[in-house]
Parts: sequence; C-alpha cells; structure tokens
Amino acid sequence: MAKVKRFMQGNEACAEGALYAGCNFFAGYPITPSTEIAEILGYQLPKIGGKWIQMEDEIASIAATIGGSLGGCKALTATSGPGLSLKQEGLGYAAMAEIPCVIINVMRGGPSTGYPTGPSQSDMMTAKWGTHGDHPVIALTPSTVPEILTETVRAFNLAEKYRMPVFVFYDEIVGHMREPVEIPEPGDLEIVDRAKPTCKPEDYKPYDSNFEIAPLAAYGKDGYRFHVTGLNHGDDGFPTNDSKRIDQGCRSIMAKIENNLDDILKNETVDMDDAEIVLFAYGSTARSASFAQRKAREKGIKAGLFRPLTMWPFPEKAIREAAKKAKVFIVPEMNLGQMSLEVERCAPGIEVKGINRVDGEPINPAQILECIEKYK
Amino acid sequence: MTAEAAKKQKLSVPFDYSKYLRGGKLPHIWCPGCGHGIILKALLRAIDKIGLTNDEICMVSGIGCSSRTPGYVDFNTMHTLHGRALSYATGIKMANPDLNLIVTTGDGDALAIGGNHFIHTCRRNIDMTILVYSNSIYGMTGGQFSPTTPEGSKTSTSPYGAMEPNFDCCELAKASGATFVARATSYHVAELERTIKAAIEHKGTSVVEILDQCPIYFGRQNKYKSASHMMEMIEKDGTVSVKQVDKLPPEKLEGKLLRGILHQVEGEEYCDKYAKIIEKAQD
Repeated sequence: MAKVKRFMQGNEACAEGALYAGCNFFAGYPITPSTEIAEILGYQLPKIGGKWIQMEDEIASIAATIGGSLGGCKALTATSGPGLSLKQEGLGYAAMAEIPCVIINVMRGGPSTGYPTGPSQSDMMTAKWGTHGDHPVIALTPSTVPEILTETVRAFNLAEKYRMPVFVFYDEIVGHMREPVEIPEPGDLEIVDRAKPTCKPEDYKPYDSNFEIAPLAAYGKDGYRFHVTGLNHGDDGFPTNDSKRIDQGCRSIMAKIENNLDDILKNETVDMDDAEIVLFAYGSTARSASFAQRKAREKGIKAGLFRPLTMWPFPEKAIREAAKKAKVFIVPEMNLGQMSLEVERCAPGIEVKGINRVDGEPINPAQILECIEKYK
Repeated sequence: MTAEAAKKQKLSVPFDYSKYLRGGKLPHIWCPGCGHGIILKALLRAIDKIGLTNDEICMVSGIGCSSRTPGYVDFNTMHTLHGRALSYATGIKMANPDLNLIVTTGDGDALAIGGNHFIHTCRRNIDMTILVYSNSIYGMTGGQFSPTTPEGSKTSTSPYGAMEPNFDCCELAKASGATFVARATSYHVAELERTIKAAIEHKGTSVVEILDQCPIYFGRQNKYKSASHMMEMIEKDGTVSVKQVDKLPPEKLEGKLLRGILHQVEGEEYCDKYAKIIEKAQD
C-alpha cells in the first residue's frame, strides 16, 4: 500500500518527526521563524496526553525541557538565534549533567535581532561553541522537508542513546518551505529509548563510570533516588573536588561522541569518486549546490557534492579523504564563512573558496555554478 | 501509660533526622552561625509530620548557599543553575505531577537573577513549595547586596551603603498570584516548622520567605555582634506575628515585618488545569 503523503511545511515536519519519535514534552517560547513547531505541538501533545508549556522566556524553556526529561519524558524545545543565545547556560547544563533533550534551531539572520523573517546559516559555530567549557555537541542539518522529519527522529534517538542535548539546525527557507512528505508508519523508522537502570536502588549511580553511557532513571517513576548537579561530579552525581574524577568526567562526556562517530555521522555524497571540485553544502544551500553540481557535470566538470547531515561532530575523516583528490572545496553558506573554517582545518594546503551571503537572500545555483566554472 | 507520661516519653526520643539525610554528605558547607541548618531541620520535621516518604519528594535548587540543601537530603534532588530552579522544577512537576516539589532558594537566586521565573511560577499556581532563605546577601560569592538588602546596608558591593530600595518578597509573591504566602524566621523555630508544613500541604504555589542570618558577610559589615544578635535584632525584634497585629498599637508595628501565613486562597492548580486541557483535547 502506498504510504500517506502530505504536503507540509518544514516546521510541521519537525513536529511530525518529534511525535513519531515519542516526544511527550515540549517547553518553548514564541520566536520567529520556529513558532509553528510550538503551535503544532501545543495542539497535538495534549491529544496524546503529552505535556506542553509556554514558559516566560527562552532560559526557562530549556530549563523546563531538561526538567521534563528528568521527569522521564522525551523532551523538546524549539527556537531561533536570539533564543539560542539565551539557552546556552541550559545547554551546558544538559551536556554536563547528561540529560537527553532535543533543540530545534531555525536559523534567521543575525547577529542580535537581525533579520527575523530572513534565512541564514549563521548559528553553526554557536552550536559548537555557544556555551562555555568543553562540551560534546551533536548538530544535524537537514536540507529538505522530508529530511526534517527523519532527522528530528534521529535527533531524539541520539539524545536518548548518548544522554545529551542534540540540535537540529535548519535555515528559515527549509523551515517554511512546503514539500510532499511521506509519513512513516510505526516501525518504519528506528526509535531509541534511553537505557533505564536495573540495579538495586541503593546501588544506582547516575554517572556510573563502569558504563560508557550510564542508564538514567526518572525522578519519582522508576524507584531510584539520585542527585543531579551542573557541578563536576562523581559517579554518584554529587559534587567532587577530586581532580582525577573531574578530569575523567570532562573527558568522558566528549569520549561518548569520539568513540561513536560511525553511529553519529551521516552525510550524502554525489559524484565524489573523482571530484576535483568539491561542494560542501548543507541546509537549503545544499539544494542550490546540488543543482549546480549536476549542471557542472553536464558540462564535463569533475564536480562533486558533500552534504553533511551531521554537522557536529564534524565529518573530519571524510573531508580529509576528499582532500586527497580535490583541488578546491567550494563552501556556499548563508554566513560570512563558518563551516568553511572547518573544511580548511581538515584540508590543509587545498584552496577553500567560500560563497557567502548575509543579505537574507538564498544562494542561488547560478552563483555556485559561476564559481565552479572559475576552477574547471 | 498516662497521656502525660506518653508525652514525656515522646519528648525524650530524639528526632531521627538520619532517615532524611544522605549518609556521608555532612558536614554541610554553611558557616558557623548561619541559619540555613535551622531551616533544614524545620523542613525535615515538617516533612515527617506530614508523613511524606523520601520517594515522594523532589527537591530542586539554583545556585547559592541555600541551594546546597538538596545535596544533603535523601530525596530526588537537583541542583540547577543560578535563578532557574523554578523552571527546572516546573518541568519535573509537569512530567510527574505526583511528586511533591520543594524548591530551596535564596534572595538573590529567587528575586534577582530568577525574578522572572519567580513571578511567573507564582502566576501559574503550579503546586510547589518555594522556600526563600532570605539573608539579604549573596553569601556564596562573599557578601554582595541582593534585592532584599535593606537600603543603606553595607556590603562588599555597597561600601557606602546600599542605594537601591529592597523587594518585599511576600508582597511580590502575592501580587504575582501565589496562593499561599508566608513569612517565617530562623529564630521562631516551632513557627517555622508549622509554616513549612502548611506550605507543603497547600495545593498550589506556596512561598515562604524565611528571614535568616548571615553573620559572616551581612553581620560583620553591618556591626552586628554575633549570629544571635542578628537573630534578636532582625528576626525577633524586627518582626510581628500576624496574630498579634490587631492587639498592637500602630507605633509598635512601625518598621516591622509581618510573620506567619500572610495570604492563603484556593486557586486551581496548574497541573490539574492541564489535565483538563488533555481531556478537552482528547474529547
């Protein structure tokens, strides 16, 4: 039987993906261009007995999201640049205390209030470095409306599996674009739930270093009492001044990413085998890049497309590999050069050419094709 | 046994705090003379009187001296970020309305950096008990003025005297919609225990401002001789019980803060209301 297809907006697909993943808690604050996610979930979550709350500000909404997760829910919040700035302390807390949650960031022009209704991709480094201290980051970057649905599901799975905040970052264009989306049936996509402890209550340690990722109990639901803090802590969750344990804690939250790159990384490549000109593109910009790449091939130019769906952790190994054959990387992005810096880092000695727009207009295929032709 | 003998025996049995305290986490970090330990003691006795089990309580805090309380008690506990305890607690309560949420916070945590969360939590009337350990100072960072520091007080950031008017925590809570508002002190310990008990038993947002002394940072800078001197001057002589207000002439009330349950009304609780939204949505 043919799958149900619906014509829907990116933000709508995000809400659909969240519900498919089992999201039953949302706390948010109105902000353009992500508000539709809050609105749709405000309508849908009560229908399935889920919890939804509009908090007094962005800081409170990430805090309530983390609280909801510790209360045993699959928790989500959605925002845009200015809200993302405010959420940073909570994001650091979730990384430090290892609390699963998903954060959608629909990117608009910045800095500051910027261009609320215009697209950008200028929060990519905020995703990586926004909150203070060394912390793990997973950020997914879908390019299409159907992908927003599936990547939102993947974000929940990664958050629950690795006990950490996971971002889905997409620009306003994809967020407000409408495309046909095939609605997955239950069972079509994998759903991951967080591991629960099975030990005796008195033996439970929420940060048990015998596990790579310790099981997480819910407050008041699973029969375990435990302590959570944003301070450096020991296996039992209590603050510690033991320098060895502090070191171990700081490294272990990073190691869960580094040791599981194969599981976390995801990208799409087109004609990369012999690519001399590599387009590195994500979000709506990847759509223009994809068109330009096809046109270039039609003209006999050895162009390829590398499209990361996981932007953080950065696909370092794959870029190093591509750099062996490439003579240039072209990185179109709606910012003044953010991910191009990472490409440069992983492709030493190879030219990295940015195509950058910060005028609130998309980067069009002709612009990219023109750039490709300069390097043929 | 006669009733009197039974009472005597009961009095002779010391209260067993150990069932609520986490083994190995004491001594606490609070300075000698600090009132926070008195508040913790009253809180545990109130919990015992109500008969709540450790599993039924979730205690959440922000940052500061008062916010270290959850680390000592054997409940579901969470030490969060400066000012944000109420927002984390709101998420937990929404996710699991069966839990009894108790938030321990300070005057700076609740009323300065967390001021917005404080008023909106009160407005929602979500069922939780907010204990504001109010000692008019940021103790953890070494004695800076807070929103409850009386005008003119010396602190490390007001060497010429605090120039800002101070908040009345209870008036703020009441005006924001809290359905239970009380003031207690660490001097009047029996009353403190009764007030906390009433606050926990109240359904809805309960705020208890607890006047508390910081002899190290507030006391020293403001010429108080000792912790007990502060307790007598600020908590005993600086307050009047609501029960006595009608009996006292106006001159005796001047400059005094009222103590006791200052405001208690019935109001529909947030999670109960939300349950009705679910019913409506599923209808």
